[in-house]
Amino acid sequence: MPTKPAGTLYRGREGQWSWVGHRITGVVIFFFLLVHVLDTSLVRVSPEAYTAVIGAYKNPLMGLGEAGLVAAIVFHAYNGLRIIAVDFWKNGPKYQRQLLWGVLGLWVITMVPFLIRHLSIVFSPITGGH
Amino acid sequence: MTAELAEPASKIELPASAGGGGEIPTFNITLRVRRYNPEISDEATWEDFELTMYGTDRVLDALHKVKWDHDGSLSFRRSCAHGVCGSDAMRINGRNRLACKTLLKDLDTKKPILVEPIKGLPVEKDLIVDMEPFFQSYREIMPFLINKGHEPTKERLQSAEERERFDDTTKCILCAACTSSCPVFWTDGQYFGPAAIVNAHRFIFDSRDDAGDMRLEILNDKEGVWRCRTTFNCSEACPRGIQVTKAISEVKQAILTRRI
Repeated sequence: MPTKPAGTLYRGREGQWSWVGHRITGVVIFFFLLVHVLDTSLVRVSPEAYTAVIGAYKNPLMGLGEAGLVAAIVFHAYNGLRIIAVDFWKNGPKYQRQLLWGVLGLWVITMVPFLIRHLSIVFSPITGGH
Repeated sequence: MTAELAEPASKIELPASAGGGGEIPTFNITLRVRRYNPEISDEATWEDFELTMYGTDRVLDALHKVKWDHDGSLSFRRSCAHGVCGSDAMRINGRNRLACKTLLKDLDTKKPILVEPIKGLPVEKDLIVDMEPFFQSYREIMPFLINKGHEPTKERLQSAEERERFDDTTKCILCAACTSSCPVFWTDGQYFGPAAIVNAHRFIFDSRDDAGDMRLEILNDKEGVWRCRTTFNCSEACPRGIQVTKAISEVKQAILTRRI
């Protein structure tokens, strides 16, 4: 018998994958906040140390990381509103799929101008990494 | 046995010269079944069966063909075979379906058709799972009419509008397709699960029932409705087309507003 995977992944639809996306972005944001609280609290230890740490973020790799972080936060925020609508708006469950397309549409609308502005700063030779 | 087998195929077995008036097209399929037998191995494995099936056949007919003609050890539940008893919920091509309501011709017959037991409940053998945790949750929501008034001498009257409120949730056949499609239930077997909430909804919103508050209290538990993450897998899996997630949302709102 040919080797095949151990059981299949459940083939859920939009609802399942938006839930997976919400979970993943939630965990990503949690880890960012952890680091964010630590580096910001450094300012109380010593402003020089804070400046040094924040300065270390000014490179293209972190710039791309920031783009990813904003992408995660924007999705999590809009999809969070969708989940509230599903739970509390009478027609939410009926239109959950359309709401998700709305979320993704808004996500694109938000991300395109942000990425143009952000990445042009990150990769500009003059401001070089911010 | 031959009589049963011949039932869907009887028109086909006639010689070609008999005319093709009622002829049903045939096609070949590969049925890939998740086999598990704890007496042989602790590991579940896939097994392929090559079958020639007819355009009118359902996945259940393919399973019957395997059991009756190829391998009698294949185990699965089925009773009415017409989508009413709720015995043969299984994962077909990765989605929970009733084998008796899924026509083979609606699936991609070029690729193997994957049949697995439903997720989240302990597998006993092949496609048979232990349904006890599922029915335990069902019993806990008290799925019966509780009326504190006097026994009426005639039927309990209800307006069409009052009945309409819970009409959708009366359709449940307790097949467990919804509960076993829920990612929350897979990892947290304590969660009541969609089916129990649907059946609670059926009585909570029934104007003749007096125990709505009690059921809302039960479902306000941390393993109750608040575990629902609105993935809509249940609504999509329900073979009766019940808007399961909508029913769960209605129960959530009833708990918050304490208004039925």
